[in-house]
Amino acid sequence: MSGPISYASSAAAFFAGVRSALTSVFFLVLAGTFIGIGALAHGFGFAVWWLALSTVLVWAAPAQVILISALGSGAPWIEAAIAVSLSSIRMFPMVVALLPLLRREGTRLRDLLLPTHFTSVSMWIESLRLLPTVAPERRIAFCNGLSVGYMGTATSFGFVGYYLAAELPPLLAGALLFLTPMSFLSSTARNSRLMIDKLALAFGLALGPLLAYLHVQLDLMWTGVVGGSLAYAVHRLREAAT
Amino acid sequence: MSAALGGLWPYLVLVLVGFLPNEIWRALGLMLARGLNEDSQMVLWARAVATAILAGVIAKLILFSSGELAHIPIAIRVTAAACGFLAFLAVKRSVFAGVLVGEAVLLAGGFLVLH
Repeated sequence: MSGPISYASSAAAFFAGVRSALTSVFFLVLAGTFIGIGALAHGFGFAVWWLALSTVLVWAAPAQVILISALGSGAPWIEAAIAVSLSSIRMFPMVVALLPLLRREGTRLRDLLLPTHFTSVSMWIESLRLLPTVAPERRIAFCNGLSVGYMGTATSFGFVGYYLAAELPPLLAGALLFLTPMSFLSSTARNSRLMIDKLALAFGLALGPLLAYLHVQLDLMWTGVVGGSLAYAVHRLREAAT
Repeated sequence: MSAALGGLWPYLVLVLVGFLPNEIWRALGLMLARGLNEDSQMVLWARAVATAILAGVIAKLILFSSGELAHIPIAIRVTAAACGFLAFLAVKRSVFAGVLVGEAVLLAGGFLVLH
């Protein structure tokens, strides 16, 4: 790759981000995922605009699935809120890892508010892959364009799923739900070039189901802390050895 | 539930139960990330933690599926994921190839079992 791409204006970088979102594999993934979530929201009797607003405000498919199924089945608010919050702990390390790519000397805090809110799995994976190829002064605009592309896709297909609702045969509905793990698995592996990332991926794949099977409280948080720290420790040991 | 869904009430619930508990982690990340650069050890560790959590979510979605996916036997789900991953490795680390092959195996297996 020859040097970072320098866009003529912020608007150009923004639209390059939008274009990149609409042509990536995550376009299909989000379309499939949010058709599924739309169908779910319809099944539980939520309004279609409530669903659209939840996509814009929550902007995390797993959290939305939890929110809709918990509220829809009459779970207490506090229980739903805790479940949503636990599913979103991953946003914290993601934001910490993403922002240093966006920030330069003199970047204002308010310019980072939108990218912070936009942080979610698909945007994070693609930002970590693409931002290093964008000139530093255009990265925030590019990242916002990418995110708006993804969020627009998700919101639109939420409507599609809501109105298609449950018209799909069960096998196809199941295949739609399989899109999320399959694409996240491949794309996370594609982003894992360093040994530490590969180890974190492998440890997480093993620990996540194991801790859930053992009914460990806050299983995902422990998966991250234990799996990630193990990967980091191995990385440090290897560095120390060379 | 439908009766309670009239008016602005559900939107207030959305903010209190959906938006705030979720957004707090992003806000904490924003506060902590100030002053860190992308090569710092803290950021390296945070990326490993985020990757491990994501991997945990992926494995749980495949092994402990919900909704219609739960009706497709676990052996088929795991086989489909493994085939998809091998296709991803075989075809120049193409996410598209991984998803295509994984979905094809899942649909074929599911069709054979359910019919």
